[in-house]
Amino acid sequence: MNLLNAILVGLKEVWAHKFRSLLTMLGIVLGVSSLVALAAVLNGMENGMKEALIALGGLDKVLLQDQEVPPAQEHLADQAPGRTMNDVYALQQCAPLIKLISPEMALRGVIMTRGDKSVRPSELVGVWPAVLDMNLHQVQYGRFFTTLDEERANNVVVIGTGIRDDLFGSPEDVGREIVPLGDAISINGQPFTIVGMFTRYESEEDKKMREYEKTHPPATLKGPARRRGWSGRRGSWAFWRKNYTAYIPLNAMWLRFRAASGANDTPDPTLTDIDLKVASLNVLEPALQQARNVLMITHKGIEDFTFGTQEDAVENINSAMRNARMSGGIIAAISLIVGGIGIMNIMLASITERIREIGLRKAIGANNASIFLQILVESVVIAVLGGVLGLAASYALVYLLTVLTPTQNSPVISWSAMLISFAFSAFVGVLAGLYPAIKAAKLDPIQALRFE
Amino acid sequence: MALVELRNISKIYYVGDEEIRALDDITLDIQSGEFISIIGPSGSGKSTLMHILGCLDSPTKGTIQLDGTLLHNASPAQLAAFRNRKIGFVFQFFNLLPKLNVLQNIELPMVYSSVPARERKERALNALKMVGMDNRAKHRPLQLSGGQQQRAAIARALVNNPRIVFADEPTGNLDSRTGEAILDLFLQLSREGRTIVLVTHDPEIAAVTPRRIEIRDGKIAKTLDPKLAGLETK
Ligand SMILES: Nc1ncnc2c1ncn2[C@@H]1O[C@H](COP(=O)(O)OP(=O)(O)O)[C@@H](O)[C@H]1O
Ligand SMILES: [Mg+2]
Repeated sequence: MNLLNAILVGLKEVWAHKFRSLLTMLGIVLGVSSLVALAAVLNGMENGMKEALIALGGLDKVLLQDQEVPPAQEHLADQAPGRTMNDVYALQQCAPLIKLISPEMALRGVIMTRGDKSVRPSELVGVWPAVLDMNLHQVQYGRFFTTLDEERANNVVVIGTGIRDDLFGSPEDVGREIVPLGDAISINGQPFTIVGMFTRYESEEDKKMREYEKTHPPATLKGPARRRGWSGRRGSWAFWRKNYTAYIPLNAMWLRFRAASGANDTPDPTLTDIDLKVASLNVLEPALQQARNVLMITHKGIEDFTFGTQEDAVENINSAMRNARMSGGIIAAISLIVGGIGIMNIMLASITERIREIGLRKAIGANNASIFLQILVESVVIAVLGGVLGLAASYALVYLLTVLTPTQNSPVISWSAMLISFAFSAFVGVLAGLYPAIKAAKLDPIQALRFE
Repeated sequence: MALVELRNISKIYYVGDEEIRALDDITLDIQSGEFISIIGPSGSGKSTLMHILGCLDSPTKGTIQLDGTLLHNASPAQLAAFRNRKIGFVFQFFNLLPKLNVLQNIELPMVYSSVPARERKERALNALKMVGMDNRAKHRPLQLSGGQQQRAAIARALVNNPRIVFADEPTGNLDSRTGEAILDLFLQLSREGRTIVLVTHDPEIAAVTPRRIEIRDGKIAKTLDPKLAGLETK
C-alpha cells in the first residue's frame, strides 16, 4: 500500500464519520486559529509601536534628562547647574562620539492665535536646526531657520500641519491644501512669521484610511465640524503630537519668552531638553561614557543628569512582544496538544471498532508497516484537515477582530505563523497517531479475525 | 516436491498452568491441484491447522515448507507477502469490508501488492465473472445475500492467482441450498486446476472432496486418500 492509497483510505474514513471527525478536529482548529490570529494581532501591535517609536525620533536618539542629585550629594543640591548651553558647547567640543546635539527650550501654556482662531500647540520649542535630524522632521513647504535667524533671534516659526489645520483650515474642510508661508500669527501675544511647514505625519494605517476616504467620501457626517486633535486612538498619539509642534529659533525663545521670566528678573538659562544622537548604535556605550565625562566637568561633579535611550523603549517593546508571544504560544500549544489527545482517543476507538478489518487486511497480505502507515496517515489526515480549517478560521477571527476594533493597528497575518502552526498540527497528528498505529500494527491477525 | 509439506507440526497453548495441544505432531503433504478437506468436531484443531498452513500463525514445533520455502526462516513481512501472493482465504463470516463496494473489496489484495489501479479493476472484474457476480460490482456487501457475499469473498481469494486457497467452514453461515451452490463453485474451481483446502465439521460437505483428513484432539485420526485406496478419480 503506497502513501497515496493510504491518504485516500484515510480521507474515506474521515468522510465516513463526518461529525465525529469534525468534533475531533475542533481542538486542532482552535489551536491553529488562535495561534495564527494571536501572532497577527501581536504583529499589528508591534508595527504600531515601532512606527510610533520612529515618529518620536530614531533609535540612536539619547535624551539628556534632569535627575535628583544622588543622596551622597544632597548638600550640593542647590549648586546643581541644570542643563544649560554650557553643556551643549562642551559636548560639541569634547565628545566626538556624539554626532548631533539639539538643545531645546520649551514654553508651556502657549496659545497661538490668528484673527479669532486659536490653537494650543503640543509644544512650542526654541531649537537649533539640529532638531530636524534629531526628531526626524521633514519640512515640506518653505524653509527651516537659518543661522542668521538664530543669531538675530528673528521672530520666525515653523509649524506642523495640525496647527495650520486649526488656524487656517484643514484640507478636508477647505478642500485644498493651504500653505500659510509668510503669514503672521501671534504666539502669546508676540507676532511671528511662518516660514515653513512640516509634512503631515501619520501612521501607515491612517494614511490608508485617509486616502480611502478621499475616494469614498463618508455618506453621513455632515453635522458640526469635528474637533480635531488626538481622538484617543492608540499609537497615533505620537503622530498627533508631532503634527502640533511649533519651532522657533532658540535665541528667539530665550529673548522673547525667557528674558523676563527668571527669578529676580534674570533670564532662566536652563534648557528643557538636550537631545543627543550618537555616531552609531555600536558605540552607544562609549559615547554615553564620553558625554558623561564631559558633563561631570561642566556640572562640577554634581550628578544631576542622566541619559534616557530609545534602546530601552525598543527593548521594552521587544520583551513585551516576546512575553505575549510566549504565553499565547503556550496556550495555543496546549490547545493543540489537547486536540492531539482527542485524535489519539478517537484513533484508539477506531482501531477497536475495526479490529476485524485489520485482521482481514493482514490475512490478505497487509504487512505491519502498511497497517501502521494506514492508521498514522489517518490520524495525520484528521490533524491536517483540522489545521486547514484552523487557518481558514484564523482569517475569519482576524476579520472579526478588525471589525470589532477598527481603529487599532490592524492585525497582520504572517506566513511564518501560518506555516509554523500548520506544521505543528501535522506534527501533533503524527504524535497522536503513533501509539494507535503501533497498536494496530502489532495486532495478531488470528485474534483479530476471531474478535466478535 | 509437494506444494505444502508439514513435518511434525505441534501447536501448544498455555492457559495458566494448563497445556493445550491444539495440534499434536502433524505430518501432511498437499500436492498442487488437490481438493482436500480437513474434517473434525469443533475444537479439534482444524482452524489452527489452517492458520499455520496459511502463514497466519507459526507452529510451536515442526517445519513447514510452502512452494519450496521453509517458513520458519521467513520474516513477518515475507509471510505477509506470501499470504498476499500465494494464499487465498475464505472465511465463515465472509469478512468483506462493509465500507467498500464489492469491486473495491476484491481489489484489496492487489492494493497490497502494488498493482496499478487500471489493472486492479480489470482483474477484479474477471474474478467476479469467475464466481458469476459481475452484475453486482458496485453493490455494498450488506446489500447482498449471504451466498453472494461468499462468492465475492471467493473472488477476492482468487484475484491474486494464489497457489492454494483455504476455506474455513465456508458454508457454515449459509442455508443448505446456498451452501451446495458454494460447494459446486469450489468443485468447478478444482476442476479448473486450483488447489483448495476445505475445512469443515460436516462429513456430508467433506464427502465432496476426493481426499479427506480427519482430525481429533489435534492429531490426524484418519485419512481417506483416493490414491492410496486405489480410487483415482478423474
Ligand atoms: N489462543 C488460544 N489460546 C488457547 N487455546 C486456544 C487458542 N486458540 C485455539 N485454542 C484451542 O485450540 C483448540 C483448537 O481450536 P480450533 O483450531 O479453533 O478448533 P476448530 O477450528 O477445530 O474448532 C481448541 O481447544 C481451542 O480452545
Ligand atoms: Mg474452527
